Amino acid sequence: MSNANPLLDVSGLTKHFPIKGGFPIRRTVGAVQAVDGLDFSVAEGESLGLVGESGCGKSTTGRLITRLLEPTGGKISYRGKDITHAGRKQLAPIRSEIQMIFQDPYASLNPRQTVGKIISGPMEINGIEPTGGREKRVRELLEIVGLNPEHYNRFPHEFSGGQRQRIGVARALALEPKLIVADEPVSALDVSIQAQVVNLLQQVQKDLGIAFVFIAHDLAIVRHFSQRVAVMYLGKIVEIADRDDLYGNPRHPYTRALLSAVPEATADDVPARERILLKGDVPSPINPPSGCRFRTRCWKATDKCASEAPPLVQVEGNKPGHLTACHYPETDGTVPAPRLSKDPQAAA
Amino acid sequence: MFRFLIRRVLGALVILLIISAVTFFLFYAIPRDPARMACGKVCPDDLLAQVRANLGIADPMPVQYWHWLEGIFVGRDYTGVGHCNAPCLGYSFANNQPVFETLKGDIPTTISLAIGAAFFFLIIGIGTGMVAAVKQGTFLDKAASSFSLIGSSMQIYFVGYIAMFLLVSQLHLLDQPSYTPFTDSPVAWASGLLLPWLVLSIIFTANYTRMTRSQLVEQLSEDYVRTARAKGLSRRSVFFRFAWRGAMGPIVTIFGIDMGTLIGGAIITESTFSIQGLGLRAVRAVTDSDLPMLLGLTMIAAAGIVFANIIVDAVYALIDPRIRLA
Amino acid sequence: MTSTDQQAFLSVRDLKVHFSTEDGIVKAVDGLTFDLEKGKTLGIVGESGSGKSVTNLTILGLHDRHRTAIDGEILLDGKELITARESELEKLRGNKMAMIFQDALASLSPYHTIGKQIGETYRKHTGASKQEARARAIEMLKRVGIPQPDMRVDDYPHQFSGGMRQRAMIAMALVCDPELLIADEPTTALDVTVQAQIMDLLKDLQQEFGTAIVFITHDLGVIADIADDVLVMYGGRCVERGTKQEVLRTPRHPYTLGLMNSMPTLDGPVDVPLSPIPGSPPSLLNPPSGCRFHPRCSFAEKVAGGLCSTEQPALEVVGGRGSACHLTPEQRQEFFADFAVSRHN
Repeated sequence: MSNANPLLDVSGLTKHFPIKGGFPIRRTVGAVQAVDGLDFSVAEGESLGLVGESGCGKSTTGRLITRLLEPTGGKISYRGKDITHAGRKQLAPIRSEIQMIFQDPYASLNPRQTVGKIISGPMEINGIEPTGGREKRVRELLEIVGLNPEHYNRFPHEFSGGQRQRIGVARALALEPKLIVADEPVSALDVSIQAQVVNLLQQVQKDLGIAFVFIAHDLAIVRHFSQRVAVMYLGKIVEIADRDDLYGNPRHPYTRALLSAVPEATADDVPARERILLKGDVPSPINPPSGCRFRTRCWKATDKCASEAPPLVQVEGNKPGHLTACHYPETDGTVPAPRLSKDPQAAA
Repeated sequence: MFRFLIRRVLGALVILLIISAVTFFLFYAIPRDPARMACGKVCPDDLLAQVRANLGIADPMPVQYWHWLEGIFVGRDYTGVGHCNAPCLGYSFANNQPVFETLKGDIPTTISLAIGAAFFFLIIGIGTGMVAAVKQGTFLDKAASSFSLIGSSMQIYFVGYIAMFLLVSQLHLLDQPSYTPFTDSPVAWASGLLLPWLVLSIIFTANYTRMTRSQLVEQLSEDYVRTARAKGLSRRSVFFRFAWRGAMGPIVTIFGIDMGTLIGGAIITESTFSIQGLGLRAVRAVTDSDLPMLLGLTMIAAAGIVFANIIVDAVYALIDPRIRLA
Repeated sequence: MTSTDQQAFLSVRDLKVHFSTEDGIVKAVDGLTFDLEKGKTLGIVGESGSGKSVTNLTILGLHDRHRTAIDGEILLDGKELITARESELEKLRGNKMAMIFQDALASLSPYHTIGKQIGETYRKHTGASKQEARARAIEMLKRVGIPQPDMRVDDYPHQFSGGMRQRAMIAMALVCDPELLIADEPTTALDVTVQAQIMDLLKDLQQEFGTAIVFITHDLGVIADIADDVLVMYGGRCVERGTKQEVLRTPRHPYTLGLMNSMPTLDGPVDVPLSPIPGSPPSLLNPPSGCRFHPRCSFAEKVAGGLCSTEQPALEVVGGRGSACHLTPEQRQEFFADFAVSRHN
């Protein structure tokens, strides 16, 4: 919930990647509007889920928060301090407090370093010498993430995918961070392993009071992990709310469609929810639709949606903290949206 | 595609301009007086000053460079020495001839050497690589890999002399290397250059065997090759229409680099076989301290390499639509 | 899965696929049996290394023949495929049996247009002319819902979006109206809304043409959506099979149960930890003795005499329903009792 003193506060966050082109001299001819004006905050110890489909800008957002990317516009504050364009030196003390966990446990660990070296790396870089020495700390960390401390001298290839992701978690924990940005931390893992890592992250979050920005496309996992969830579409947040409000009372048509598309492992012949089949593809972020970006695939869209971008506000019927960017929000009693034609003609 | 080519050519011209400027200033910063060479062995001071003025050597360096550039497009008069027609790359006082007039005769020789060698090493290298890829892990594959390793560790001045000694002097199988223009007699052209071609192929083939093999092995394990097989296409058509297509790009790239190596390596090749081309000319220009000639040679070699790369890029774009349509 | 004596359309009997690698023999599939009727969908569930993808490459004969030893029977419409000559298989592939893959971008040739790739299959099997093949490709693109098919037919795969590429791949697989379609994780790389579109498309096409579909996935939700029968694979073996209702409502194998319990849902409890399966999937190079799941199984110690680690449980199938587990039905009833409660509260 919008805390008076949030750990992380983001307003109007924007990232446009320039596109080069033109003739005969190449110049910037346009921009991929990857992230376009995000407002959200994360309280201390809170977990915010960021969901959306590929290309919605959720990973870019993660990289902006950790300042792996330079924002084009907007403001990022960490503990009230503006870090939007902070340089290397200014970021140094904050870098240790904001850590990242990556998707690919195979690519994100240096294969030529031992586990001990990988996990103690952040301490070395930041010149931190914990009491009892770095090795002792690494062994503690291995224990925390459920690995054998004796494996200190092993190399990443000696571990399975799930174990490697645990190493990634241990590395992120090494500096006792206050905020971890986890970008699809389980999607590369086998189903039976995913739950192990989700449980580990959840335990870490609760025991150590670390705030999370949990980026994932799997709505069920995000629901399980996050207290608050933001749904992104084409670089914008279309809805943000407490978990139960978002999943129980989705007000944005896109949230509703997204939830309805998740296949459920039940054997009932009639599915619990009417499935809304969206037509066509997500439009290009180079040239997003005017007004509401979802309107080209929305069954409720009118002229107003094309001319006027809906603000992200607490629409009527929302609980406090539940914000929706839609001119015609769904209501709980809404007749399930019409089953749309399978013909994706519209989005050529 | 057209835009792509235009852009690359413009870029290439800029690169050549930079190379010429750097080379020009480097060479002319050397304290050696071209006027003294032009003037002859016995040269009184007043005559020397006269020559210097005629040659424009008295001008400041940027002005000299500007005149040099101008000469390429409109030609240039060297008062008291002679006229140099466009494209004028300078005047060689050691040779008493415009640089380009001298080099004009050498270019076909060097190009013939490079193209002929390329013909052999491409056919042999790619062919062997294909066999090795198809017969992966067999004796043939291992033999091809071993031979290519041995070949690539050879040097021209080593293999070249041994080959000349054995094949020409002892066994009389091949002619003494020589250059006859193709237009005069294609047979004499080929038989005169056959030995250098073969020797160059031994050294260059290996790269192509290795490259072709590894590329094909990689391509054959690509998902789209599996899809093509799942469609019912035969092994043969999958090999040539899918895998080979994908393998070609990197091979073309290597070829572009090797064309540069061949032109740059002409010095050693031509010295070894005593064939008069750009390479041997460069050797003489160095011994004579013939700076205008060296500058001209540098420019011609640079132009050759830069434009070979443009052709490679264009061919790459033709092969791969992802580059063409990006 | 029928239990009649009549030959099913696709019948796999005791299939074993072993490859030799530098480290030893990998038993990728170790005794697999199933039947599939026309117009039906068999869902094969399994994780990495379960042998599910190998099984299907073997049906098409696309495995590496030099390194692979195959035993058993694969009968397609009564024709034995394992012993079939390459030229015979080439006539069947893309024609009578077709396959769609997970990664459509990697699985389509970057060097040829979509239309050419679709038309090529058609020409190969029907001998049609270039013009006819092109017309057919446009028709297929239209059928799978690609807008402006007459324009897009000349595009290259990289010019398509992810969902459209998967549609194009389906068009390519279906161009000769195959009777058997093998779909290997066709929606795994796609977003949920696109996944929903693709599954709908597959169901429609199946209804129209009566295609038999083998649908491989690790996602039980997808299985619930599309399959008629389900086969759960673990470590190269089938551990459980039955109709979708049977397997999802009353799983009999601890692995199936573990998979279902480890998946979070959109309406389950959130403040309790998930119940993961401990450990990792087995190495097929050196699989565990006895039941391959026993090192990860929470019930193994309840079986008398340590049977799970010494003896491989047999897959007993009655009426198409079966599981390979040493637990007695009574034990199962007792231990699995919580399941229904935890799923549907």
